[in-house]
Amino acid sequence: MYGEEPLFGLLNRVGTPVEGHRPWPRYRLGRDGWLRLIEGLAGNAWSLLGLWGEPKAVHAAFREDFSGDVAVVSLDCPQGRFPSLSAVRPAANRLERAAHDLYGLTAERTTDPRPWLDHDAWGVRRPLSEQPAAPVPNPGPYTFLPVEGEGLHQIPVGPVHAGIIEPGHFRFTANGETVVRLEERLGYVHRGVEGLMQGRPVTEAAKLAARISGDATVAHSLAFARAVEAALGIEVPARAVWLRALMAELERIANHLGDIGAICNDAAFAFMLAQTSQLRERVLRTADACFGHRLMMDRVIPGGVASDLPERGAGLLLELVAELRKRFPPLVAIYDGKASLQDRTVTTGIVSADLVTRFGAGGHVGRASGRDQDARRSPGYAPYDELAFEVPVLTEGDVNARVWVRIREVEQSLSLIEQIVVRLPAISRGLDHPSIPLESGRGGEGMALVESFRGEILTWVRLDAEGVVTRCHPRDPSWFQWPLLEAAIGGNIVADFPLCNKSFNCSYAGHDL
Amino acid sequence: MLKHILTSLTGGPVTEAAPAPADPALAELAGKLDKAAKARLGRSLSIREVDAGSCNGCELEIHALNNPIYDLERFGIRFVASPRHADVLLVTGPVARNMREALVRTWDATPGPKWLVACGDCAVSGGLFAGGYACDGPVEQVLPVDLRIPGCPPRPTDLLAGLLALLETSAAR
Repeated sequence: MYGEEPLFGLLNRVGTPVEGHRPWPRYRLGRDGWLRLIEGLAGNAWSLLGLWGEPKAVHAAFREDFSGDVAVVSLDCPQGRFPSLSAVRPAANRLERAAHDLYGLTAERTTDPRPWLDHDAWGVRRPLSEQPAAPVPNPGPYTFLPVEGEGLHQIPVGPVHAGIIEPGHFRFTANGETVVRLEERLGYVHRGVEGLMQGRPVTEAAKLAARISGDATVAHSLAFARAVEAALGIEVPARAVWLRALMAELERIANHLGDIGAICNDAAFAFMLAQTSQLRERVLRTADACFGHRLMMDRVIPGGVASDLPERGAGLLLELVAELRKRFPPLVAIYDGKASLQDRTVTTGIVSADLVTRFGAGGHVGRASGRDQDARRSPGYAPYDELAFEVPVLTEGDVNARVWVRIREVEQSLSLIEQIVVRLPAISRGLDHPSIPLESGRGGEGMALVESFRGEILTWVRLDAEGVVTRCHPRDPSWFQWPLLEAAIGGNIVADFPLCNKSFNCSYAGHDL
Repeated sequence: MLKHILTSLTGGPVTEAAPAPADPALAELAGKLDKAAKARLGRSLSIREVDAGSCNGCELEIHALNNPIYDLERFGIRFVASPRHADVLLVTGPVARNMREALVRTWDATPGPKWLVACGDCAVSGGLFAGGYACDGPVEQVLPVDLRIPGCPPRPTDLLAGLLALLETSAAR
């Protein structure tokens, strides 16, 4: 049976709503209710949006894609155990392993119980639980999945890779040139972000949020800020809303430009990287001139934005849009017209539509394989409801499709920037800077879904009455994309791995936290 | 494509003039290098970058050094794939404990004479991540640091100024 039962129908039956959770409801479930939810997940296409732990509880967020309804569900687990979602939502597995390593929560009947973030290097086990434990005395090596068959050999790569890239370990099993299996091992850049956020005032935690993944600093800051504002039930000045979108689109363009060039570079077409990296530099310099930081780090803050656009800002941005519109299309024509390049990208690293749906993968990875989802549109947030833009979707699911989705997104973002700049003067400048003070004296729980250049970020936060973060979980889109990279490379040659990897460009730091 | 190549040939280079080598960096480095090392290296440096827990912001700006605008290779400085080929380890991040062993092994695999540059606030001071259960930073807690380039992340010009200082000092007779 594959029905489409309303998500809220089930949750109202088996759960109790929790007060003070905004903007979407949170339901507390009993163990039976949780098991009913697992049954419901097996028969319905609700997307998993995230799963995170606390010392004695586990939370998960879902979306009914058809209606756009979003809900958080929670299960108290005083014994530190909960029934695993991994059998019905494979994307839950790594999140459950992370909850185990940090909070000591055990997922029962899980599909894979191995550790994930804990590499036996912290000097402590389950560091964020109520009772952290001493480390294992003589930890053995990590067990990779067994691979059997004739003529297979393994290629271990990383954590230190050849190149200027973040660390992670890739274990390839190959038959000749063909990859039979890739297994990832991540967690090398785990910095303990969630633990560090705990007990910090919102303004300090925001600085950590800005450093979850440097390439998506605006988007992560925005997700954190929106979650905090939801928890406190406050509205930021309209001008801040528009400036945030401006920064988010600049960030999207800068990253896509860099990645399009880098993908071509990995197919030995260095010319494209030389060109797009100049365009990227142009975007970063404009961002610097407008907001005082090349990556716009710490510019989106809870309550608003850190600085307004200078007087000459609008002119600089319109010049940037005009220049990119002139210089980018000829490069796209070259990409499209080089047979030797197309030979490398077309039909390479295919991800099926079925897989992106099962893993709930967003961003260019999902949209290149037919998953039509963009947080700017659904659930949607201001000011995108007042802007005209399209969400490009392709179905081929190969490296080429991911490149084209990014090309189209650059064009859309240019249009968005233009629309925002034109509308900005009509929105009052307000006082010194467009932000409002955060009131203390009230706490709450809030959640936000924000579209980064990479896909949908979920950030969940709980604040106490003093405005101190008691728990924050930022879920980077990479969580649901990394597993698909393992599938994408299967059957391809080893030499195409850099190409596939760059076309995904998952974040290591955002995932490892 | 041909049009692009023609424009590139006739339009002159897009590369910008280099910043002056950073003074504090020069002072820090002075006296750290012995004669033998200077003689061996001449005016070229090979760099192996190691991310030891960075948010990837530093990596983005280090990447920018290779674009035609900053064009690091014109100074004889280049990034290499293996620590075996490197004179310099450029380390970012607050040394995540999960990366500590890999960082130390990469340093051990680098042949002498060698230098270590701590790049970015996390590597220089531990940044926001110092003191947690998951990080050992700053880098100098783990390995000897020869040059510090602060910033979050450092701008490409700051990186360039710091690396040029390293080059000047290592090549001085």
